[in-house]
Amino acid sequence: MESKVKMHTRDLDFFYGDFQALYNISIKFIENQVTALIGPSGCGKSTYLRCLNRMNDLIPGIWVKGEAMLDQKDIYDPSIDVVTLRRRVGMVFQKPNPFPKSIFENIAYGLKVNGVKDRGKITQRVEKSLKQAAIWDEVKDRLNESALSLSGGQQQRLCIARALAVEPDVLLMDEPASALDPIATQKIEELIKTLSSRLTIIIVTHNMQQAARVSDRTAFFYMGKLIEINDTDTLFTKPGLKQTEDYITGRFG
Amino acid sequence: MKKHRLWAQKVFFLSFKTAACLNGAALLLILYFMVSRGWRAISWDFLTQSPKDSMTAGGILPCIVGTTSLCLMTLMVALPIGVCSAVYLNEYARQGTLVRIIRLGINNLAGVPSIVFGLFGLAFFCIVLKMGVSIAAGGLTLGIMTLPVIIGASEEALKAVPNTYREASFAMGATKWQTIKKVVLPAAFPGIITGSILGLSRAAGETAPIMYTGAVFFTPDLPGSILDEVMALPYHIYVLATAGTNIEATRHLQYGTALVLILLVFGMNLAAIILRSKMRKKLRI
Repeated sequence: MESKVKMHTRDLDFFYGDFQALYNISIKFIENQVTALIGPSGCGKSTYLRCLNRMNDLIPGIWVKGEAMLDQKDIYDPSIDVVTLRRRVGMVFQKPNPFPKSIFENIAYGLKVNGVKDRGKITQRVEKSLKQAAIWDEVKDRLNESALSLSGGQQQRLCIARALAVEPDVLLMDEPASALDPIATQKIEELIKTLSSRLTIIIVTHNMQQAARVSDRTAFFYMGKLIEINDTDTLFTKPGLKQTEDYITGRFG
Repeated sequence: MKKHRLWAQKVFFLSFKTAACLNGAALLLILYFMVSRGWRAISWDFLTQSPKDSMTAGGILPCIVGTTSLCLMTLMVALPIGVCSAVYLNEYARQGTLVRIIRLGINNLAGVPSIVFGLFGLAFFCIVLKMGVSIAAGGLTLGIMTLPVIIGASEEALKAVPNTYREASFAMGATKWQTIKKVVLPAAFPGIITGSILGLSRAAGETAPIMYTGAVFFTPDLPGSILDEVMALPYHIYVLATAGTNIEATRHLQYGTALVLILLVFGMNLAAIILRSKMRKKLRI
């Protein structure tokens, strides 16, 4: 198999002050695969996701122990520029959060902050990102309108386009469809599948059907620990542990 | 028992409502009083000429120009310092001893009586920094007095910017400064401007801080530089009403000046509201 490990953590511990939120998490994320993180609320899956682009750094009093690597480079190494890391590891959030700017400006923002000045290049990249996020046809005639005039589902696809504009290698998605209706959710799921041909995607979801539909591999978290990780099909049909089985069959959580 | 509870509810709700209505009534009463006694004094000449005959006749143009220039100076002092302080406190600072001390300072600054600001301005800006009685000294004094208001308004506006905007920006590889400059400040701008103008309109009506630092009893000349002294609307009212050459004969001028001052302040507040709703519209749809 030509599966290359894009990102991995080994024995990752995470603390909010005295409270340990993650214990010994070791996961390998294969390039151009979708990995789903599932588990009940408060199990640490979002915290873990936010370790991977160091979004947790924004919270005072946190610390991380263990190894977290992107392309075999330690992302917590002091020599790593966290700004560059976040450009390479993009993120889509639970609630659509477009800026109160025009649709065009929302996408162009990431390019501008990363130093792209050429107007033609920006225009071209905006169009490409919107196409990749499957929203171009809906917005191409209204690029100068406020992004907040879009519907929730459109806003979320816009946020995905915005994340794609800076051409990340990895895309983290934190329950990207939980605030959306079923039709918008379906569009996001289709998009995830298409994007996974050229992106490594890690998605946190509460929705087990969603995990089963979109992911290649699934990791089950419980109480800050990684309980089980396997190919999605295997995990959902033949879970190795009773705890996993109880969760995916809805007996708890 | 049941009856008593219902009565208690009625009595209390009525007293809350009365308290709330008193606010509106007070404003209307002041307005009625000023308009009914002052409107006859207001004319084109009143607004465009200097006082004449030992300030018993003529207009108040130097006061209008003076108050306007003091306000602009105040804004130039207080807006940058206030906004920068708020950005530091809300976006950068780690909540620790230094921040606690700064906040304590700001809160106490807000509680300093305005006459103390006036004396400080006289001692420091006019005498130590040799600015004399001038727009600069008066504006700086008013500026310091307005700072807590502007910092408070700016902090509120910054706090109202959803954290998800900041996260989204960081997630695309923006630095903290880029995030503040391009996302946070533009989103907070309407609130900052509105709060600042409201603070400024308060400063426009202050007498004590400028009576030793910026405003003079009488000067027929319009200011040529920021080191010139000026007349100011609130101080002019005070002078006419307590130390004028003929207090009784200038009553209508006093009310007229007060009316102009109120209209100026109302105008600023109205401008703030219109500006805010315009900018909000531009941001949203």
